[in-house]
Amino acid sequence: MIEFRDVAYVHPTGVRALDGVTLGIRGGETVAIVGENGAGKTTLVKHATGLLKPTSGTVTVDGVDTRDTSTAALSRKIGVAFQNPDHQLFSESVEEEVAFALRNFGFSRELVEGRVSWGLELFGLAEYRRSSPLILSGGEKKRLTLACILAWDPAVVILDEPTVGQDALQKEKLGETIRMLSSTGKTVVVVSHDIEFLWPLQPRVVVMKAGRVVADGPAKSVMMMGQALDSARVAEPHLVTLYRALAQRPDSPFVGPHEARAWIEGGSAPH
Amino acid sequence: MILEIDGLNFRYPDAPKKAVDSFSLQVPESEIVVLAGASGCGKSTLLRAINGLIPHMYAGDYSGDVRVGGSSVKASSMRELAQRVGFLFQNPENQIFMFTVERDIAFGLENLGVPRQEMRRRVDEAIGLLGIGSLAQRAPYELSDGQKQRVALAGVLAMRPKLIILDEPTSLLDPKTALDFVDLVANLRKDVGATFLIVEHRLDLLVKVADRMVVMSSGRKVLDGSPSEVLMGDEADGFGVSIPAVSRVQKLLAKDGLAGVDRLYDAEEVAAIRQRERR
Ligand SMILES: Nc1ncnc2c1ncn2[C@@H]1O[C@H](COP(=O)(O)OP(=O)(O)OP(=O)(O)O)[C@@H](O)[C@H]1O
Ligand SMILES: Nc1ncnc2c1ncn2[C@@H]1O[C@H](COP(=O)(O)OP(=O)(O)OP(=O)(O)O)[C@@H](O)[C@H]1O
Ligand SMILES: [Mg+2]
Ligand SMILES: [Mg+2]
Repeated sequence: MIEFRDVAYVHPTGVRALDGVTLGIRGGETVAIVGENGAGKTTLVKHATGLLKPTSGTVTVDGVDTRDTSTAALSRKIGVAFQNPDHQLFSESVEEEVAFALRNFGFSRELVEGRVSWGLELFGLAEYRRSSPLILSGGEKKRLTLACILAWDPAVVILDEPTVGQDALQKEKLGETIRMLSSTGKTVVVVSHDIEFLWPLQPRVVVMKAGRVVADGPAKSVMMMGQALDSARVAEPHLVTLYRALAQRPDSPFVGPHEARAWIEGGSAPH
Repeated sequence: MILEIDGLNFRYPDAPKKAVDSFSLQVPESEIVVLAGASGCGKSTLLRAINGLIPHMYAGDYSGDVRVGGSSVKASSMRELAQRVGFLFQNPENQIFMFTVERDIAFGLENLGVPRQEMRRRVDEAIGLLGIGSLAQRAPYELSDGQKQRVALAGVLAMRPKLIILDEPTSLLDPKTALDFVDLVANLRKDVGATFLIVEHRLDLLVKVADRMVVMSSGRKVLDGSPSEVLMGDEADGFGVSIPAVSRVQKLLAKDGLAGVDRLYDAEEVAAIRQRERR
């Protein structure tokens, strides 16, 4: 679906943000990208949408090189909610913000209306329909960008730090939404420092450091790497720490607190 | 009390309800207070009323009083407040605008007329504390978002305010940097007696150093206690407070009578419960 082949990107200022990334994201996968500040995560995301073109190497989406297509064509397929919502919100009203792209894509009036209501409802923004996006709280702005992207139903959804400004209930809803998307065959890429949010989703985890991919695999193996995670400045999930602290433990770490409770209270030792 | 909020009410123009509603809070010097609550409940608005943006820069219905170090915020100038209250915006782009990172961190000090040598020392110290030495000569708008947040934090710390209020300071920091930041908060309290009021959703990091947790809902203060009182209580969930995973396990075990709720256990202590049970 999205293929990065030996991608390097050097900013006009000379900063090498990507330094040989080779990574394939298959249709229907849920992928988390983690790693230290400045590792190149956002730069990588901008390459998937054609917003940036590689200095060397290639990026292809469904086999088409991003150099040979327009960002407009790509954006129909790939929806990105960027890290900073202020760069993405420009309409007069909250509902217009969601409707804008839909109308541009040529959806019918009824469909636009339905999708707008669905998106605002899903992210708890219905009461702000006619307000200006500028007056929203930090977390509300972020959710509005998520509503905009999901409303046009792209095949690939990329979320750059979606949990910023989100309380526990909103994070839970967001997690449910990601599960729902992946169960309907969508490809979901989540860039996040919020390891506690990512862990229950059990995504494929790609770890980046200094413009390179330094680890890639299922959450349960990558999040157990200890030293290698440390050097990429990623902390392991608390339930992995708890799992390690147990003298006798099950074959794999707990995904949720209920599993941990069951083991502590009754799980028998493996011998 | 370094911070006193007495019956504060604030409503934005044309808003259907108050963003801050009959809110009172007293914070003694050197305390670390975490402010939590659902998205949109009024946390950033409350912070704006402490650093003076409200009522000096925002219109709206305002009543009640906020005092920092004994002087009323509404009677103080923004310039006076800038010296007394260090403020980190939720979005770091709202407070970085100079051509280099170094100049940006020095900006507030220059405004206060701090002597050159002293300024140099404080800027270098802040750069060291946030680990951004390699970025010092770069342009702040050409940084990653987490790097911007670190620059903005350095700018706040360089001012050495007595009261430091931070709006989601770890939201863009990588996990290890977020942990280092929590240590930094603890050290600043210990070494210079700084007082912190920190809005945060990632509570797993801060509960280790916080003395107190205040929870807001629809503009009101609904919970106020130690982190264990708030997180182990029955109400936190309903207000959108993120209970750390290990504390969730502790809570489940407590229901079955296997753990206490008087303090927060770490992973080792929770694990030890199984060893005890199997004996
Ligand atoms: N507009 C820009 N001009 C020049 N360099 C930039 C620009 N934006 C980012 N960089 C640099 O490119 C590198 C990668 O940045 P990127 O934003 O991709 O990091 P990131 O992994 O998303 O980090 P974060 O976790 O902080 O969001 C960093 O060294 C950063 O300083
Ligand atoms: N400038 C403004 N004008 C009008 N209403 C506003 C303004 N800023 C915020 N609000 C509204 O006031 C309420 C409280 O917003 P505030 O930003 O204080 O929330 P918050 O608790 O910081 O949320 P978050 O965790 O999402 O950042 C929200 O309903 C928001 O829409
Ligand atoms: Mg980024
Ligand atoms: Mg806020």
